[in-house]
Amino acid sequence: MAREPLLTFTPEGIFCAQGGFHIDPWRPVARALITHGHADHARPGHGAYLCTDLAAPVIRHRLGTITLETLRYGEPRQIGGVEVSFHPAGHVPGSAQIRVARGGEVWVVSGDYKVADDGLSTPFEPVSCTHFVTESTFGLPVFRWPSQDSVAAEINDWWRACIVAGQTPMLGAYALGKAQRLLRMLDTDIGPILTHGAVENTNAVMRAQGIDLPETVPVTPGLKPADHPGALVLATPAAFGSPWARRFGRVSTGFASGWMMLRGVRRRRAADRGFVISDHADWSGLLTAIRGSGAEHIYVTHGYTEIFTRYLNECGWNARVVPTEFEGETLDPGETA
Amino acid sequence: MKQFSALFQQLDQTTRTTVKITALADYFTRASEADRLWTIALFSGRRPRRVITTARLREWAAERAGQPLWLFEECYPIVGDLAETIALFLPPAAQHSDSDLAGWITALIGISQAPEPDRKAFVLDAWDRLDTSERFLFNKLITGGFRVGVSQKLMTRALARATGRDEADLAHRLMGDWTPETTTWHSLIEANDPSAAASRPYPFYLAHGLDGEADDLGEPSAWHAEWKWDGIRGQLITRAGDHFVWSRGEELMTDRFPEFARARDFLPDGTVIDGEILAWDGTAPMPFSALQKRIGRKSVPKSVLREAPVTMLAYDLLEQDGQDIRARPFHERRAALAGLMGSLPPDAPLRLSPSLAFADWSALAQLRDRARDHRAEGVMIKRKDAPYLVGRKRGDWWKWKLDPLTIDAVMIYAQAGHGRRATLYTDFTFAVWSGNDLVPFTKAYSGLTDAEFRKITAWVKKNTLQRFGPVRQVRPELVFEIAFEGIQPSSRHKSGIALRFPRMARWRHDKPVQEANTLDDLNEILRLYGQ
Repeated sequence: MAREPLLTFTPEGIFCAQGGFHIDPWRPVARALITHGHADHARPGHGAYLCTDLAAPVIRHRLGTITLETLRYGEPRQIGGVEVSFHPAGHVPGSAQIRVARGGEVWVVSGDYKVADDGLSTPFEPVSCTHFVTESTFGLPVFRWPSQDSVAAEINDWWRACIVAGQTPMLGAYALGKAQRLLRMLDTDIGPILTHGAVENTNAVMRAQGIDLPETVPVTPGLKPADHPGALVLATPAAFGSPWARRFGRVSTGFASGWMMLRGVRRRRAADRGFVISDHADWSGLLTAIRGSGAEHIYVTHGYTEIFTRYLNECGWNARVVPTEFEGETLDPGETA
Repeated sequence: MKQFSALFQQLDQTTRTTVKITALADYFTRASEADRLWTIALFSGRRPRRVITTARLREWAAERAGQPLWLFEECYPIVGDLAETIALFLPPAAQHSDSDLAGWITALIGISQAPEPDRKAFVLDAWDRLDTSERFLFNKLITGGFRVGVSQKLMTRALARATGRDEADLAHRLMGDWTPETTTWHSLIEANDPSAAASRPYPFYLAHGLDGEADDLGEPSAWHAEWKWDGIRGQLITRAGDHFVWSRGEELMTDRFPEFARARDFLPDGTVIDGEILAWDGTAPMPFSALQKRIGRKSVPKSVLREAPVTMLAYDLLEQDGQDIRARPFHERRAALAGLMGSLPPDAPLRLSPSLAFADWSALAQLRDRARDHRAEGVMIKRKDAPYLVGRKRGDWWKWKLDPLTIDAVMIYAQAGHGRRATLYTDFTFAVWSGNDLVPFTKAYSGLTDAEFRKITAWVKKNTLQRFGPVRQVRPELVFEIAFEGIQPSSRHKSGIALRFPRMARWRHDKPVQEANTLDDLNEILRLYGQ
């Protein structure tokens, strides 16, 4: 009789029966292993949490008082007879692929990941396994990310052009990860950087854990934009068009997301500029990671799951779709995942 | 192509009219004459003849990318634009090109007669020489229109700024039957040659919808009213012994409507009439579906000419005896038009659109309520002393349409939209109850806000029962009020009816699915309003 697989996909989330834990569960469970701090992966209400030491500060900041243990990248831990370890996923600082092994059966749950080095997060490392669980947020060949340097040049050119045109550039990005990545791409010789509270809160957490970020000026109720000429404003997209944004007068809005690759989405956002920058893997990044894992069995959790799975199966992998409640990179304003 | 591509990026990156005009005006002063001319042509809907089918383009793109065709076909509805899908699907270019816009178009026209292998080699080579944004534009040249948020009016204003010429004069010059292959920058924009312009229509004046009450328009005697007909707005021109028929979309339709050839027999040279082209049964307009049989055809068989003969109901006179009289007040132009129409034979394919007499606004409202009896969609209200303006301007002309017919229906299928709405579910199929079954009767894809479409998209993703390619069958739970302008029997639809201009008037959050309307309700509307 065949043994139950090491990991199964349940209504609560990805489950290891032998170890008695879930990975990134979306319903409250006793013991949760968390890949990273985005809201669709790190949810409140679990009995105990385990994540990397680098991801812990943000998760604590977001979830408040929780029972949390940490591991360093690569540090093994035995849980109920299975070996668990966390490995860099390159998605945001501290994000991990979670390796779960029992004898020759090795699973890697990659969470959200990207294979390109963003200069902020610990770069993605391929981990050998037999079963690889992957996302497919951008799992279509039309998604091919430009180099980070070329996007940085575009953003800084836009910033300079805004100053010439007498406008304030307002750049929208996720508060966790994307915003800090952008901070390190900005050319601080151009002018000061003003930050929305949601961004600045995460900045503070990351600075406290020793991540080097450029100087920023939090936008407080008393702040006078005129005191900061030539500034760029970094905010969450939800702040666009809000009373909060009105104090800056004439703004030019920019939105940083992988979805900006598509002209239709760019136009629908009605932002003045779209910058193609994502913390998720593009098409070739996904395939690089899957090949690098050496796995034969691939489980596709979110994104263009059906299309990507069909492609993998035609290429000889044994792939299937597993429904989850992960959201990947969404376009809705107000989303912080 | 680099200069044109840079212009396109500038236009595409902003929603501000002033920025667009500055970018265009700057381009019109710097680009070569050939590039300027092609840019005007492309932005006014004139493009080189299609020399490659889209089916071939898809195959070649998949082949060049080394990917299966099905994968390309899956990407297309998600990207929402064929030219863009191809541009993104292909691997990055390995070569480059310094050829300008006119150079690429000339090359495209040059291979139009070549055997397919040569055309394929040309396209693959081009794809390998152009960067992603240039490639997108190149594909647009092959596949279709440039919808870039640049209206003809905006382009004309930029051209006026760049050339120092009068905007209205330029608008008129850009009308009509020209292509960069048959004209030059000089003769189109600069030359003073009236004979070159025999076929040239005037820019149409378009009415705004009246939102509030007609009372707000003031003294009724200052206004003229007539039916708002549901046909094709057109201009009939007789000049230099010839005649021309133009649609509002600036399409030359002379050959499609041979009935109007007789206009030369009784209209003097130098006449331009603005009116509505309608299928006509001898005394009244026929349903729009009759006219539809005529629209798609370049040439018309005798049987169709017999079944759906057309006539023009004349609204306005723009040119008389070769003189542009648009600046004269409407009541004078209308009197001159009536004078011309008075001498027509009764079987002429042209008649005066009748005036509606009304003493006060409530009388006109009562007339409007009966518009459907006259096979009209409402009334038009025109200020008697107004000139004939260019484009859609507020103030002098108003359309006052009947309230649409409505029915509450259940959404049963959803499909992602195109272009701006790719990745959002916006195209829906609706059904009404027939006993315990839901019978689909119409599709609709407009009328809701982006925020509502976002909500529905999230709902669709969680409530999909089954997928058929890009179409999702969804749980029959959401009810929408569908508004439409007309209803007709149709043998092509399962429900037996076809709607005109169906759209979503509102999302009926308040209505349980069981209380949506029934096929019997729909048939009752058909009985009352079907023609």
